[in-house]
Amino acid sequence: MKDSYTLKSLAVLLENNKISSKELTSEYLKNIENGKELNCYNTISQEKALNDAKKSDERRKSQNLRSKYDGIPIGIKDLFCTKGVTTTASSKILSNFVPNYESTVTQNCDDAGLISLGKLNCDEFAMGSTNKTSFFGSVKNPWKSLNSDNDLVPGGSSGGSAAAVSGDLCVASLGTDTGGSIRQPASFTGTVGLKPSYGRVSRWGIVAFASSLDQAGPITKTVEDAAILLDIISGHDEKDSTSSVNPKENYYENLNSDIKGMKIGIPKEFRSDKLPASTQKSWDECANLLKTNGAEIVDISLPHTMSALPAYYIIAPAEASSNLARYDGVRYGLRVKGNDLIDMYEKTRSEGFGDEVKRRILIGTYVLSSGYYDAYYIKAQKIRSLIKSDYVEAFKKVDAILTPSTPSTAFEIANEPSDPVQNYLNDIFTVPVNLAGLPGISIPFANDENNLPIGLQLITNSFEEQKLLNVAKNIEETINYSETPEKWWLK
Amino acid sequence: MVAQMIEGWNLVIGIEIHAQVNSKSKLFSSSPTDFGSKPNSQVSLIDAAMPGMLPVINKFCIEQAVKSGIGLNAKINKKSIFDRKNYFYQDLPQGYQISQYKDPIVGEGFVEIETKNGQKKIGVERLHLEQDAGKSLHDQDPNFTFVDLNRSGIALMEIVSKPDMSSPEEAVEYVRKVRSILRYLGTCDGNMEQGSLRADVNVSVNRPGNQLGTRCEIKNLNSFKFIHAAIVYEAKRQIKLIEQGESVNQETRLFNTQSGETRSMRSKEDAHDYRYFPDPDLLPLTLDDNWIKGLQESIPELPDQIKERFINEYSLSSYDANIIVSDKATSEYFEDVVKNRNPKLVTTWVTGELFSILNKKNLIIENSPITSKQLGELVDNIENGKISNRQAKEVLEEMCESGKGALEIIDEKGLSQISDENEIESLVDNVLNSNPENVKKYKNGKDKLFGFFVGEAMKLSKGKANPKIVNDLIKKKLSQ
Repeated sequence: MKDSYTLKSLAVLLENNKISSKELTSEYLKNIENGKELNCYNTISQEKALNDAKKSDERRKSQNLRSKYDGIPIGIKDLFCTKGVTTTASSKILSNFVPNYESTVTQNCDDAGLISLGKLNCDEFAMGSTNKTSFFGSVKNPWKSLNSDNDLVPGGSSGGSAAAVSGDLCVASLGTDTGGSIRQPASFTGTVGLKPSYGRVSRWGIVAFASSLDQAGPITKTVEDAAILLDIISGHDEKDSTSSVNPKENYYENLNSDIKGMKIGIPKEFRSDKLPASTQKSWDECANLLKTNGAEIVDISLPHTMSALPAYYIIAPAEASSNLARYDGVRYGLRVKGNDLIDMYEKTRSEGFGDEVKRRILIGTYVLSSGYYDAYYIKAQKIRSLIKSDYVEAFKKVDAILTPSTPSTAFEIANEPSDPVQNYLNDIFTVPVNLAGLPGISIPFANDENNLPIGLQLITNSFEEQKLLNVAKNIEETINYSETPEKWWLK
Repeated sequence: MVAQMIEGWNLVIGIEIHAQVNSKSKLFSSSPTDFGSKPNSQVSLIDAAMPGMLPVINKFCIEQAVKSGIGLNAKINKKSIFDRKNYFYQDLPQGYQISQYKDPIVGEGFVEIETKNGQKKIGVERLHLEQDAGKSLHDQDPNFTFVDLNRSGIALMEIVSKPDMSSPEEAVEYVRKVRSILRYLGTCDGNMEQGSLRADVNVSVNRPGNQLGTRCEIKNLNSFKFIHAAIVYEAKRQIKLIEQGESVNQETRLFNTQSGETRSMRSKEDAHDYRYFPDPDLLPLTLDDNWIKGLQESIPELPDQIKERFINEYSLSSYDANIIVSDKATSEYFEDVVKNRNPKLVTTWVTGELFSILNKKNLIIENSPITSKQLGELVDNIENGKISNRQAKEVLEEMCESGKGALEIIDEKGLSQISDENEIESLVDNVLNSNPENVKKYKNGKDKLFGFFVGEAMKLSKGKANPKIVNDLIKKKLSQ
């Protein structure tokens, strides 16, 4: 297995008959088998994947391809409903759930001929930033610190999606991002993670966490691959009322790394003494690099940034408390018998949900309660509006905003803070982007003193994914980041 | 008796009507809405609240709600918001009902009702759209409750009145009127037996001059009779409590249709905290001015307008017009018959004989065994003197049984009335000549014998002689 596999390179190999989809799929299935210790996959679709690969090879033979990428296997976060394949949201309450329908996003992948290797581990109901809240256990980050053998978190909630790409258990994957769940794990694993504008990608068939914030997106090895996968998954869907009718661009074809004359904003509110020196250094270096490449660096202010996290931790749990009400043991999923209806509800939900999910349901129920609604939910919505207008103002001055993706690099699984609020700080740089509905991308920039990847985040205005990808491509081309984790799990 | 009990007290009544939107598919899914289908045969992934499913507004239901708003003389809100009303129940798959809370699609309006003191305006507070829940079946198994989700997600309009009604009769009239308007508009079929239209009634009592009493809400009344009975019972119950020095608790009550009593369901303290918030899966609903205007122009003639027209065009009494227009099918039937005919006669036959036949057979006018064409033919034959009123009743009954036309029945039965004066004169002569004694007595002042002569003449004609002509001729002959 070559580490240089990308969607782009595999498409060429397949086209030139250097490899068949079946061979490629078998190779990845073998990697998955060998990488079991990473705990990336909740479900491995061995048989189905091989069968689909065979069909793709037949299509190739009869020159009846669904797309250039027909036959490339990818991994799918276990939050996307997939017909006939167990879909758990990494929760006990859905551990037996097999949908008879296919999410729009995974259907789009299927329509392009992509093959699903299986369902990727994540935080339970996408709530978490370490992947530790999964009912199926933590995912291990393929990266390890130079001076320790201890396992590191891959970030979350799309931890399995990011770790699998980083560890070559798939070439690309699908994640979802509600407050940073694509960008933060991408940053922790040295991968590229893109959260599209709210409404760019259909939410139909994705287990909902917080409806006004959730967006699906790709985790890939390169910016080009992110563009390719975004092309495949995005677009208007009449089954999702919040899906945008804005015409989508052909992101990959129009990818252009020329940034001459662009203005890149550096928000002062993202600066912090607590930021590791290496992260600060990467951020500064990247700004310099963009300047060298012809962009203008502009200091900007996003004054309500510090209120984003508290607002997020009201809005997201509020929506979640309602979205998760349907997991009640009545129609599908886990049911624990009770003496009566209420008893059944209590037992099912007590047993079915983990601590973090319960915590957020309780927070959400509380902030929506009569007497607290105005003080919490309405206030949080007002803050959300202020944050949005911060960005509206900023994008009058700049084309894109550059920030760190996360306040730290990956930390040890054993060292996860016991205080949930400390944990929530992981998302401090990514959350405002979701609140404002903007597209954001995390790209690996360098490794820190412990040889752990540092991710930087780019943000553009709504539906300016093209510009976002272009700037990211410029950085990627310039730095040519090519670090890969040592595959310790193979030993 | 009711009046006596309630005398000296004011009743204050407000009503929430839940009217099922007349629509082929549900409010947020494409499942059909047919009544009486096999359990769980009309359930989409959305209705069953499967993971990841999202609601999409059914535009037709929006149209129906706006039309209803126009029919209720109400303000149409160009921006409205769908909220989630959160609570757990087995037949509520999402764990929340999508409804409209602070920003309903329709705002304030009114309807006019007939009361014993004349016309009265009843205020409408709002109309909003919401999803219906499924149905719990508790009698299918000794240990389990079964759930039928066919109804889950069907669009309902909740129409909230102001507390403007002050008697059970007014309350019934109000519901009747709203139902009638919705039926004219075709926005709700108004079928109360099938639950397409049900009412929650808020009742409070107070002494005149005193402040308003504490109200109780009686849930889910699905007939006019029950609405009336529930209000009467509830008012008496509250009055009795107050007269005994106790107080009324604010609570939700259920009406027992068997016993005619209401009983407590839950008190205000147990009321749910529904944790309403805007549904993030749905964007605010915005309506275009031109679109609303288009709907306004498409609104058919409504009962109040038709009533006015009937009074002007056909000189109907307000009372008769009211009866006829209260139901769309009746007013259409009436208009079919009355065209180019004597309105007074038609009114009598529609509201009198036809209604009594329908009542006896427990039929609605849509299923009338006598078509408007048949009734028209009958009226024609009365009008031209071919048959008498009495004969016409006989024909109508036969018509109802056989479905034959009026003329055919008249011919078959030989009912055709004799109106030929010469023929009748010979009958009259025959009677007078055969009863010289009685003629003498009559002429000596025994007036009552007039009826006897008429009776004899009619008997002789086998009932076919035109009674007016018989009368006239006998009078004429005897006064000679």
